[in-house]
Amino acid sequence: MSLWARHAIFEKNSIALLIGVLIVISIGGLVEIVPLFYLKSTIEKVSGVRPYTPLELAGRNIYVREGCYNCHSQMIRTMRDEVERYGHYSLAAESMYDRPFQWGSKRTGPDLARVGGKYSDEWHRDHLNAPKSVVPGTVMPAYPWLARTELDFRHIADDLKVQSVLGVPYSQDMIANAQADLRAQAAADHPDAEAMQKRYPNAQARDYDGNPNAISEADALIAYLQMLGTQVNFKLYDNKANIR
Amino acid sequence: MPTPNPNSDVQRKVPMPKTMVGSLKSMSVSEGALALTFAVTAFVSFFIAAMAHTPEYAFHASLFAAGSAAAVFAIVERYFNRPAAPVPSHIDGKPNYNMGPVKFATVAAVIWGIAGFTVGVWAALELAFPILNFDLPWLSFGRIRPLHTSAVIFAFGGNVLIGTSFYVVQRTCRARLAGDLAPWFVVLGYNFFIVVAGTGYLLGITQSKEYAEPEWYADLWLTIVWVVYLMVFLVTLMRRKEPHIYVANWFYLAFIVTIAVLHLGNNAAIPVSVFSPKSYIVWSGVQDAMVQWWYGHNAVGFFLTAGFLAIMYYFIPKRADRPIYSYRLSIIHFWALIFIYIWAGPHHLHYTALPDWAQTLGMTFSIMLWMPSWGGMINGIMTLSGAWDKLRTDPVLRMLVVSVAFYGMSTFEGPLMSIKAVNSLSHYTDWTIGHVHSGALGWVGYVSFGAIYCLVPWLWNRRELYSLKLVNWHFWISTIGIVLYISAMWVSGILQGLMWRAYTSLGFLEYSFIETVEAMHPFYVIRAIGGILFLIGALIMAFNIWMTIASPEQEAARQIDSAALVPAE
Repeated sequence: MSLWARHAIFEKNSIALLIGVLIVISIGGLVEIVPLFYLKSTIEKVSGVRPYTPLELAGRNIYVREGCYNCHSQMIRTMRDEVERYGHYSLAAESMYDRPFQWGSKRTGPDLARVGGKYSDEWHRDHLNAPKSVVPGTVMPAYPWLARTELDFRHIADDLKVQSVLGVPYSQDMIANAQADLRAQAAADHPDAEAMQKRYPNAQARDYDGNPNAISEADALIAYLQMLGTQVNFKLYDNKANIR
Repeated sequence: MPTPNPNSDVQRKVPMPKTMVGSLKSMSVSEGALALTFAVTAFVSFFIAAMAHTPEYAFHASLFAAGSAAAVFAIVERYFNRPAAPVPSHIDGKPNYNMGPVKFATVAAVIWGIAGFTVGVWAALELAFPILNFDLPWLSFGRIRPLHTSAVIFAFGGNVLIGTSFYVVQRTCRARLAGDLAPWFVVLGYNFFIVVAGTGYLLGITQSKEYAEPEWYADLWLTIVWVVYLMVFLVTLMRRKEPHIYVANWFYLAFIVTIAVLHLGNNAAIPVSVFSPKSYIVWSGVQDAMVQWWYGHNAVGFFLTAGFLAIMYYFIPKRADRPIYSYRLSIIHFWALIFIYIWAGPHHLHYTALPDWAQTLGMTFSIMLWMPSWGGMINGIMTLSGAWDKLRTDPVLRMLVVSVAFYGMSTFEGPLMSIKAVNSLSHYTDWTIGHVHSGALGWVGYVSFGAIYCLVPWLWNRRELYSLKLVNWHFWISTIGIVLYISAMWVSGILQGLMWRAYTSLGFLEYSFIETVEAMHPFYVIRAIGGILFLIGALIMAFNIWMTIASPEQEAARQIDSAALVPAE
């Protein structure tokens, strides 16, 4: 019986065809995805990467909501021009708490993986309100509603709770203080800032949007942008230590 | 959501048998259960709407409540208007095909297509002239772009696939579509998903996973619809009167099953609350990236390729009146394509923080994918052996064949771009956008248009389309549009890639980022013009379809016999 004749089983039995398809399409995915969860070399060993503060997480959710990933990547590739333009190439460890990841696939605008600290808060404020006011040739849309809209963080503790269920190391302490920490980070010289920074090392607390009367969506988004790519100290980072 | 009378098709064809008139009518179990489920859903949705954390989510919950209430009404209304006896599967020994859902999906595809192309043109114009964002949240590029991609892939493409698959599986199995309410549930439920997804993007509800942006509740709804779709398709296959399952059905089945697997894997998430639209994906960082592009590339491989190859395998032989070129080639094509495609995802992540071994695997299989892709192209094009003259006289067949030629072109370009050295230049640039559109406009678009042009006269019992001349206009206008589009994106993509990596003789980066953005402007304008031409072509199609359906029914409608579709062996 020729091999072609044997194929008749798939042509005459829909369940055989269904099972055959399921087996054939499973192999590639299993081989490529499953090892990423147990190979230690997948995520580098680094110090300094911490979960997002409540304010940064709220800002990240606005970044997601506005679809920033459609034009901005957060993944510096291992090429000379990218490293010189944007900074050290991105490590897997730097996005290990990112749900979902924001590596992006298109650079209509520049990469943002290390935009933190590159520009002032004022610059970001102007840039979000009217991009052409600071970058005349830009094609970026303006986001004036961010500074106008008050941030809704009534349920931010639930966000932290869900993430902790998924394995992000948010402690009970962090979840209980989520709203207080958010307020503390969005203001200059807030009395709770020190407690917040104890929970989230290196978190910067200030009035990001220049409006001390309200915590706006711009506060959250700028706080997020200003921390991007700043967690790992590359003067101390030893790439060779990760050859395991 | 429009709710056409699901019985209209049946009523026309099936005179109620006299003996049945006096018999008692009772609601079937499925009618009762479905009506009850929808009634419960309506109440739960209403409650969620009242408790919702955000007004946007309250709007969506209200949509679910209204949709469910409409469904209950439609089911009850249908019950009162239908004959007591169940719809016969055969009349006078001939299968009693259920074409109502096919008609709905076909018309929906045309409408969504125009909507999706229009949004695409708008997005293209926004990049050329950013003032068109108008500082409005729901009009800004970041929200419009997912609306465009989802509208063309899932709304237009999805309706084409559901419509044609329901048509082809009935014809090639010589069996009525399985289920009474189920086919309507699939078609209407799927289009409801589209409405929820699309309005969600405009309102800022997204999980930001490309081509899988809808949030958890929309994903859940799609899962239910998709499982019913699989059941309808599979049970119809099982009831077939033909000994063999026709090739097109292999591809449809692989498309339906694989999309189910991909959808579940990529959208695994925990909602913050049932009252919140927000959820967090269970995967994170590098693993999430891999899962996303395993999904993303196979949305291309199984939604935009396998599904539309099924269309190729049915509509080209039908329209050309020739058997498939090689049955054995189609066997190799099928298994090789579905096996290899699933590996190709990592080529979206070259030189990223994804481990090298995964990148290399992705590249290797992407290059191998060239072979089954071209095997399929050859099988489609060579089906015209002995009928090449029809290319001159039949613009519909020409559209179908040119779609396969575009398929061959973009499946050559794809493996090329997956080579790491090439990808280092092309990634993050417009070259990718150009590549996608040569596949999307040329392959998916044209094969869909060809199928719609075939289907409409068949479904509505017309001898031919209203005007073949208009098909010719559609073909040439949109072809010019495609050529403008993809060549503009090639130039802008390669130009920008080269500018990013250009160094001066002193060893400094030659261009600031914004200089490379400004250099794109003329190409963005050309691209928008190309898109407008493609849209004009689609509008011509819509007019042609409208006039065909509005024309009087032909008694001597085209004889459809499946004799030509018996496998070659």
